[in-house]
Amino acid sequence: MPAIFADLVAPAVPWAAISVVLPLAAALIAALLGRHAHRLAIPTALAGLAVAALATTQVARHGVIEIAVGGWKPPLGIALRLDGLGCAFLLVIALVSAGVMLFARAGFGAAPDGSETRRGYVFWPLLFCTIGGLAAIAVSGDLFNLYVGLELLTVTAVALVGLDGKPAALAAAIRYLLFALLGSLLYLLGTAILYLVHGTLDIRLLAGAASTDGATLTAVALMTAGLMAKAALFPLHGWLPPAHASAPAPASALLSALVVKGPFIIMLRLWFEIAPAIATPFVAQGLGALGAAGILIGSLLALRQHRLKLVIAYSTVAQLGYLLLVFPLAGGSGEQQPWTAGAWTGIIFHAMSHALAKSAMFLAAGAMVEAIGDDQIERLDGIGQHLPIATFAFGLAAVSLMGLPPSGGFTGKYLLLSAAFASGQWWWAVVMIGGGLLAAGYLFRPLSHLLAERHQPGDLVVVARSRQTIALGLAALSILLGLLSLGPYQLLQIGRPGAAAEGLS
Amino acid sequence: MSALLPILTLATSLLAAGVIFMLPETSKTTRTAVNLVAALGKLGLATVMIIGVAEGKTYEATLTLLPGLQLILRVDALALLFLALSAFLWLLTTIYAISYLGDGPNLSRFFGFFSLCVAATTGVALSGSLITFFVFYELLTLSTWPLVVHKGDGASLAAGRRYLIYTMSGSAVLLAGILLLEGGLGPIEFARHGSLAAGDPGVLTGAFVLMVAGLGVKAALVPLHGWLPSAMVAPAPVSALLHAVAVVKAGAFGIIRVVYDVYGVALVNELGVGLPLAIVASVTIVYGSLRALQQHDIKRRLAYSTVSQVAYIVLGTGLFGPYATIGGVVHLVHQGLMKITLFFCAGALAERIGATRIEHLDGAGRRMPLTMAAFSVAALGMIGVPPLAGFVSKWYLGIGGLQAGQHWVLAVLAVSSLLNAAYFLPLLHRAWFVAPPADARPAVASREGPAWLIGPGLVTAAAVVAAGVFAGMPFSPLGWSTLIVTRNYAP
Repeated sequence: MPAIFADLVAPAVPWAAISVVLPLAAALIAALLGRHAHRLAIPTALAGLAVAALATTQVARHGVIEIAVGGWKPPLGIALRLDGLGCAFLLVIALVSAGVMLFARAGFGAAPDGSETRRGYVFWPLLFCTIGGLAAIAVSGDLFNLYVGLELLTVTAVALVGLDGKPAALAAAIRYLLFALLGSLLYLLGTAILYLVHGTLDIRLLAGAASTDGATLTAVALMTAGLMAKAALFPLHGWLPPAHASAPAPASALLSALVVKGPFIIMLRLWFEIAPAIATPFVAQGLGALGAAGILIGSLLALRQHRLKLVIAYSTVAQLGYLLLVFPLAGGSGEQQPWTAGAWTGIIFHAMSHALAKSAMFLAAGAMVEAIGDDQIERLDGIGQHLPIATFAFGLAAVSLMGLPPSGGFTGKYLLLSAAFASGQWWWAVVMIGGGLLAAGYLFRPLSHLLAERHQPGDLVVVARSRQTIALGLAALSILLGLLSLGPYQLLQIGRPGAAAEGLS
Repeated sequence: MSALLPILTLATSLLAAGVIFMLPETSKTTRTAVNLVAALGKLGLATVMIIGVAEGKTYEATLTLLPGLQLILRVDALALLFLALSAFLWLLTTIYAISYLGDGPNLSRFFGFFSLCVAATTGVALSGSLITFFVFYELLTLSTWPLVVHKGDGASLAAGRRYLIYTMSGSAVLLAGILLLEGGLGPIEFARHGSLAAGDPGVLTGAFVLMVAGLGVKAALVPLHGWLPSAMVAPAPVSALLHAVAVVKAGAFGIIRVVYDVYGVALVNELGVGLPLAIVASVTIVYGSLRALQQHDIKRRLAYSTVSQVAYIVLGTGLFGPYATIGGVVHLVHQGLMKITLFFCAGALAERIGATRIEHLDGAGRRMPLTMAAFSVAALGMIGVPPLAGFVSKWYLGIGGLQAGQHWVLAVLAVSSLLNAAYFLPLLHRAWFVAPPADARPAVASREGPAWLIGPGLVTAAAVVAAGVFAGMPFSPLGWSTLIVTRNYAP
């Protein structure tokens, strides 16, 4: 058995490619299966988890895995490249999408009379394609492949937002589409410039070639702007709250947890792997300032919402803001700190933990919406007694989002705060600590209602305990990420770019 | 074996919490059994470790979070003092709560969070590093909030909100202080005589102020005490938990750790931050007593009394000198025993004869003699009447003040004792020497109350007497505190 296992994770096995092909194949089959498509949920979820686990084992054993697609090496061919960061992303994709698929089985099957519904038919292929796009971003080693993944992601995500077909949902989807298309254009333009100047789009080859010339600078600026629009980073965040709040709950979970992280992963690759030299302190502080603004404005707006899903969506805007703090804080490890690349690693912990917690929160909110029929926070009184598991999931996810221990969010925040103090940039620490308090403000408000006495009239719909448990499982994972953080930490160091430790110049 | 015991001690209440959360609301017997078995188990483990540590053994368990950053459970004498207190009081509070809450709603949730709260307190007691302490300190905040809002009515939710605003801000400040320190020095463990090598005095002082301010919120140091009186709306067992077993104690305990095991006496002296801490504590002692005098609600009066009494612990910590330290450390236990007795009794009085305000106490001694006897013992102990527990604390603090050359401490203690007498004696007078009003509500039953409601208060009252009378024994709170100080903090 161990021998077979060793063969399974040998460097030659293309798990990176399989992780992309699997969901795309599932999408095709789902389109053919029609009203039976929801039956694919369990096998696809399990297969996805297995592939992600095998790919991670492969990287943990053999280091960065590189696969030349079709046998052609770059610059002629296209390379898939799987490093620690890619593996971490793949694992989170597998976990979150497994939760989303299992949760959606009940809402997106056939109609009660067994007939096919539009909602049930369209949902599954779109979901699988989105997952395929995300996986492609995790494993791609060149900018064009990344573009393809990004486009697949955008098109299917926009469709998921508009799935319910209500006017508000369609308006939100159109708005999302406009931002996303603008983002694509900018990204593509930047890619074209890089190709013109350097004759390659392979990340590793570009890393050697890129310099601080004007063309590269323009290209990186354009691509960053495009990616920020797609990742809903301040000030280009306006499309996110309506889009994520009007999508069906399982789709919201996937969108908020992962879809906005895809573009950010590309941003990390762009700045830390391809062109670390072109960042000036001004650029790094400027990007950090945008992140800080996102944290504060997203949180303040979340405090003012009256609908649960909007609170969660604005919370995503705020939480995404932390991601940009990696630019000023990377490299800020003091001599006494036992870890290098603290801020870079911390930001990825933050992203992973947010993905798990936010998907848990959207699924728990989905269960609550099913129970009371809408998502007005005022009407949540006493739901804690009716949906104890979903409420507990919401609470645990909140702990992680507030960055409280023990959770993945805390591990990330600890690393970031240490980097901020070690490098003397205490103002970012103030922003992060303030952001944590604001998060407590907007998350304890719904929690208070959940624990309050119920006065509202009307019956509550029963939500199966098994579905509530899915949300609890994801929330528990975001907590476990903080307790068992050594493994993920070591994984992230595999293939870590040098600039993550040295900082952007 | 040496790693197993601390983990098991933590696991007793952690597992109990997990099991109780999953129990259906109706399985009262199972819930009671799980609660009691876990509480007894923890007490047993604490006893084993007390004997071990007295013999010089050490127990330690670690979990590596990141390279160089570990969660450390380390059992030293000070940890055991707090652990034994919380384990003993947890058992009694659980018994009390089972009777007090009866068949009310949401009990699985209540007892689940109650156990989680005790798990957090255990973690706080056994923490071996700043980050471990913070993890459990924060867990304590989170697990007490559902208990404060347990009733789910408007007043409870408002008190819960206030509690969160204070404690979460406090934790944020504490975290800032910890990381300001660790940003320059790397992860910090608790060690004898402090573990800080050298550092920029500005940073060291800044981090000290931030950490003590953050801890001071839970320890209810003036002006950070506002949450404590408003949390009175919670059920009586929760008040017992907040005031005696866990929350305010965690704050005071944290201050002791920071002063003695992070900075160390020498460095605190060098930075000159000890005296200001003692002054803040003294102000809190007098202010809390003055406010207690103005309250007419029994539980509110007790709450302000806690503000005042917990500051004794901080006072002893800030003064240094072996006697003051012993007085502060031992008061951690003594205050817990006395205050929990008062809250047990106040809850029983409210439940059985509807006495929530001071004027309701007329003749209470005749209607509930056992309860009022226990209440009187604890109140006299608070005032500092010999040979009760509170007297021992005040005696050591007073001598400690003289040793440290801070003679004004005697004045603070005297004023505080007078005020203690002023706000407790009228209650005792009413209860024992005033006849009950003619239209007094008849007692709920002919008996004083169920044994599970009245018994815990009697036990803790007996402990108040025993802690004072047998203070000279080696395993008394005083004996153990002396061991802590001679072993760890004597120069």
